[in-house]
Amino acid sequence: MNQQHTAPAADLAAEPAGGPLAASTDSGTTDTGATLPVDADLLQLLTPTGVRVETPENAAYRERVAHLDADALRGLYRDMVLTRRFDDESTSLQRQGELGLFPQALGQEAAQIGSGRALAPQDYVFPSYREHGVAYTRGVDVADILRQFRGIDHGGWDPDEHNFHLYTLVIGSHTLHATGYAMGVQRDGLVGTGDATKDTAVVTYFGDGATSQGDVSEALVFAAVNESPVVFFCQNNQWAISEPTTKQSRVPIHQRAHGFGIPSLRVDGNDVLACYAATAEALERAHSGGGPTFIEAYTYRMGAHTTSDDPTRYRTSEQEELWRRRDPIDRLRLLLEAEGAWDEQWAADLEAEGDALGERLRTFVRGLGRPSTESMFEHVYATEHAVVTAERRWFEEYEASFTDEGASRTHDQHGGAR
Amino acid sequence: MSAPTTTAPATATGTARLTLGKAINEGMRASLAGDPKVLLMGEDIGRLGGVFRVTDGLQASFGEDRVVDTPLAESGIVGTAIGLALRGYRPVCEIQFDGFIFPAYDQITTQLAKMHYRSRGRLNLPVVIRVPFGGGIGAVEHHSESPEALFAHTPGLRVVSPSTPQDAYTMIREAIASPDPVLFFEPKGRYWDKGDVVLDGPVGDSTLNSAVVVREGTDLTLVAYGPTVPTALKAAAAAAAEGTSIEVVDLRNISPLDTATVVASVRRTGRCVVVHEAATFLGSGAEIAARVTEECFYELESPVLRVGGFHTPYPVAKLEHEYLPSLDRVLDAVDRAMAF
Repeated sequence: MNQQHTAPAADLAAEPAGGPLAASTDSGTTDTGATLPVDADLLQLLTPTGVRVETPENAAYRERVAHLDADALRGLYRDMVLTRRFDDESTSLQRQGELGLFPQALGQEAAQIGSGRALAPQDYVFPSYREHGVAYTRGVDVADILRQFRGIDHGGWDPDEHNFHLYTLVIGSHTLHATGYAMGVQRDGLVGTGDATKDTAVVTYFGDGATSQGDVSEALVFAAVNESPVVFFCQNNQWAISEPTTKQSRVPIHQRAHGFGIPSLRVDGNDVLACYAATAEALERAHSGGGPTFIEAYTYRMGAHTTSDDPTRYRTSEQEELWRRRDPIDRLRLLLEAEGAWDEQWAADLEAEGDALGERLRTFVRGLGRPSTESMFEHVYATEHAVVTAERRWFEEYEASFTDEGASRTHDQHGGAR
Repeated sequence: MSAPTTTAPATATGTARLTLGKAINEGMRASLAGDPKVLLMGEDIGRLGGVFRVTDGLQASFGEDRVVDTPLAESGIVGTAIGLALRGYRPVCEIQFDGFIFPAYDQITTQLAKMHYRSRGRLNLPVVIRVPFGGGIGAVEHHSESPEALFAHTPGLRVVSPSTPQDAYTMIREAIASPDPVLFFEPKGRYWDKGDVVLDGPVGDSTLNSAVVVREGTDLTLVAYGPTVPTALKAAAAAAAEGTSIEVVDLRNISPLDTATVVASVRRTGRCVVVHEAATFLGSGAEIAARVTEECFYELESPVLRVGGFHTPYPVAKLEHEYLPSLDRVLDAVDRAMAF
C-alpha cells in the first residue's frame, strides 16, 4: 500500500541533503540515520511552513481530513498546545523535586493528537509510557498520569472508563496485549458489522526501539494470521534513549510489516493532518474486518528520554535545531494563519487555559498524599492468598508495636530506628 | 470469525475411571461447556489434540475460535491471552513442555502477575497456564524440567500441581474459574495414572488453597506435590512394613502454601521430609523447611530434610533416574530423619 499512497515531502525536499527527513547529514558528526535508507514514500499533508500538500497520490488521504473545518483545526491546535503545556509543567515539577521522573512527549504532539482524534469512542488503546497526548484525547485527566511519576500509583486511571490501558514500561510487551484484546473483539463479533458505533479497533503505541523486541514481532505474527483489528502505531522519534534508529533497523521500520503480510505506511509524524488521515484509514480497515495496519510516524523526540537523561552526550544541538524548525504545533499555526482561521482572542484564551492547566497540575501534584502502608498488601491477588494475608498481619502488628507504650521499648532496643 | 462448527456435547457426569490426562481433558470440557468466555490456546492443541493429547477432541467440540492452534511463540501465547482476558475472556494456555515456558517468562512475571496490583484491583487476569512438567519419560533436554519455584517466587501468581485424576479434574476447573492467574503444573510422567473421578462436583476454590493429608501416620511427615506424591505414598507403604508410620501431605498448591496443614502434621509427627523433582537448592522445599522450623521448632525431633534434584541442568535421559527423587532416596532420607 505504500506504493499506492505516497506524497512527495514537498518543501522538506529542499532541506539540506540527506533526504526529506533524514535530519542528519547537515547536523554534525552524530549519526542519526544518515545511512538509513529514507523511504521516498512519506505521507505528508502539511509542510513545516504550513502549506497543504496536494498531489494526485495523496488525494485519498486529503479526503479523510477534508471535513476538518477551521473549528476542528483549531481544536487540534488546542489539543497539541495543552499537551505541550502538560509536558512543560510536568518537567518543571520534576525539576522542583515534586516528581521522581517524567518522560516528555515534546515534539510528538502531532503523532499523538492526530492519531488519537481519529479514534472512535469504542476503540481501545494500549499505550507505551510517553502517550500523554493520546491519554488526553481519550478523556484521561492528564493530572492522573502524574500519580505514577509521583510514586504513589503504578497506574492512575480506570482503563475501561477511557478505553485507554495503563502505561506499559517494558517496551513492546503491550503490543501483544493489544493483539489479544483485538482477538477478543473479533470473538465478540464487533468487526465488520457496518455499524460505526459498534465496529471496534485497537491501537497500540510503541517506539522505534521497541520494534527490536521479540514481542513486537510476535504481535505482528498473531495479528496478521488472525486478521485482527489492531493498528500498530510506531512513533519513530529516532532515539531509543541514546541509540539512533540505525541501531534498530537497516530498513525503514514500517517496511518490516510487509514480511508479516501487514500493510504499512510512513507518515510525517509532525504533521497532525497526515497522522489523522493515516490512522483513519487504518481504523477503517480494522473496523471493516480488513485486519491490521502498521503506521510509522516519523517524528523526533525533542526532549530528553526522561528527566534523568542527558541528550547532549549523544546528539548535536544542530540536529535538535533542525527539528525545531519542523515543530508540529508551529506548522498548524501557520496553516491557521494562512487560511484566516487564526483568532487572537481565541489564542489568548488558549494561553489562559494553558496557564490554568499548569496551576491545576501544580496544585494537584503537591496535594497528593502518601498511600497508606497497608495498601502495599492490597490487590496482589483478587482472592485471598494465605502468604500475603499472614505477612500483612505481621507487618500491621510490627507497625503497631511502635505506638503507645510499645514505642519506648522498641526505640530503646533498636536505637530509634524508625 | 466463524462460529463453532458443532454444538458442544453434554459433558460427562457421575463417576468415571480416568487417566490424569483425561481428567484434565474432561475438566476443560466442562469449563468450556459451562462458560462461553473460556477458550484454550496453544501449540498443536487443536487438530492434534496436544502432544500429550490432553486437549484431544476439544476443538472438534468447541470450534477453532475456542480451541486455538496458535503460532509457535510462547510469549505471544501468554501476551495475547492477557489481552483476551482484558477483553473478558478466560484463556487457558498450554505451554507444550516445561522447558519452553521461558520465552513467556517476561509476560508471565512482569505483566500477568502484576496487572491486578498495578491497576489497584480494577483489572483481573483470569488466565491459566498449563505446563506439563517433570521428568521420568526419557525425553531430550528441555522436556523434563520443574521450574515451579520460579513462578511461586513471583507475587500475583498461583502455582498448583495435582497428583491424582480427581484433583486434576477439580483443580483445572477451579483454576479456570479463579479470577487470579494460575500456573497449572501437570505431572507429565503421571498422565497415564488412572483413578476414579467424580465428574459433576461443585466448582469453588476447595482445592486452590489447601493441602491435603493423603495418608495418616505418626512418626514422620512426607511433604510432596504433583509427580512425587505417588513416590511418597510408596515410601510410606514400604516404611510401614518396617514399622515406621509415615504421614503424607499432598501440597497441591505451592503458592499459596498451606503452611497450616503441614505444620499441624509435623507437630503430630515431629519429623519432616520434603520431596520434589526440582533442584533442592533454593527450591520450594527450602521454603517449607524454613516455615516448619520456624513454627515447629520445639516439636521437631530431627532437622527438616529435602529430597530432590541436584544443582545441575536436568541430565541426559540415561541418568535421570539418578537425578530424580527415587523411592530409595526418599527412604534413605526417612532413615536419616528417624536416626536422630
